Amino acid sequence: MAKAAVKKPASAPATALVECRPALAGREASGSNVKVSVLPPAERISLRAPEASVAALSRALGVTLPQKPKTSASKNGRTVLWLGPDEWFVIDEAGGNPLDDCTNAKALHSAVGVSHRNVAFAVSGAGAQATVSAGCPQDLSLDAFPVGACSRTVLGKSEILLYRPAADAFRVECWRSFSDYVFTFLTEAARDAAA
Amino acid sequence: MLLIHCPYCEEERPEIEFRNAGEAHIARPSDIASISDADFEKFFFIRDNTKGLVYERWRHVHGCARFFNAVRDSVSDKFVMTYKAGEPKPKKLPGAGK
Ligand SMILES: [Zn+2]
Repeated sequence: MAKAAVKKPASAPATALVECRPALAGREASGSNVKVSVLPPAERISLRAPEASVAALSRALGVTLPQKPKTSASKNGRTVLWLGPDEWFVIDEAGGNPLDDCTNAKALHSAVGVSHRNVAFAVSGAGAQATVSAGCPQDLSLDAFPVGACSRTVLGKSEILLYRPAADAFRVECWRSFSDYVFTFLTEAARDAAA
Repeated sequence: MLLIHCPYCEEERPEIEFRNAGEAHIARPSDIASISDADFEKFFFIRDNTKGLVYERWRHVHGCARFFNAVRDSVSDKFVMTYKAGEPKPKKLPGAGK
């Protein structure tokens, strides 16, 4: 489980430098009222756990795992998204290591590092909602998808994770191999949203 | 777009987030090696294919990813209700027994 994944062999170099370069790094597209940009690399884990382990994992991660559908919790640059009744997605943008932190929780869980599986885009500005709605079938009005809401869903033909950090901002995460498609889709949608 | 109520997400969600997963409430034999070929055929291949109310498994594959069950009208394609996996067939359906 998580523990085995982070154990380093004795012969590993003391400073294992990994170059984090997301697909499409630095790309950006803007319309008159919306901007689509590629977000910097982040640490990510896919977390599965039964209800009995939630308290221990919340302590270990320093964020209380949300238990209500479509909700998230955020603290000190670390965001936990509810994905299912026993499934969460943890994003750390502050240089922390959530996979390591989970090893401090003795309660049953499965934590899998997926940092570089995903690429994240920021869609921001007055036209952000219209841009994402161009390809996402969910009701993204603030009543149905308020600030802090999150969900696994689809954008066009790709599965995405959608998170709304602010009323006029969305974080769109997709698998790396889908990133070209998703970025192009959002760019086209941003142009329409501005029209 | 058809909206489907996910019992785990506790709200209606767009149809394209879901995938049908066949007939529900089919119990796997506890000792599958000991059953006859005829019984295996019945368990594995034979489905009711009812015209009217059907009990189906669905998966909220692009959402919470959970399997659940649904009662659906195979003629009108209308969803009557959905319920969590593992729960028994609902005895009373909404709108029935008036
Ligand atoms: Zn669901």
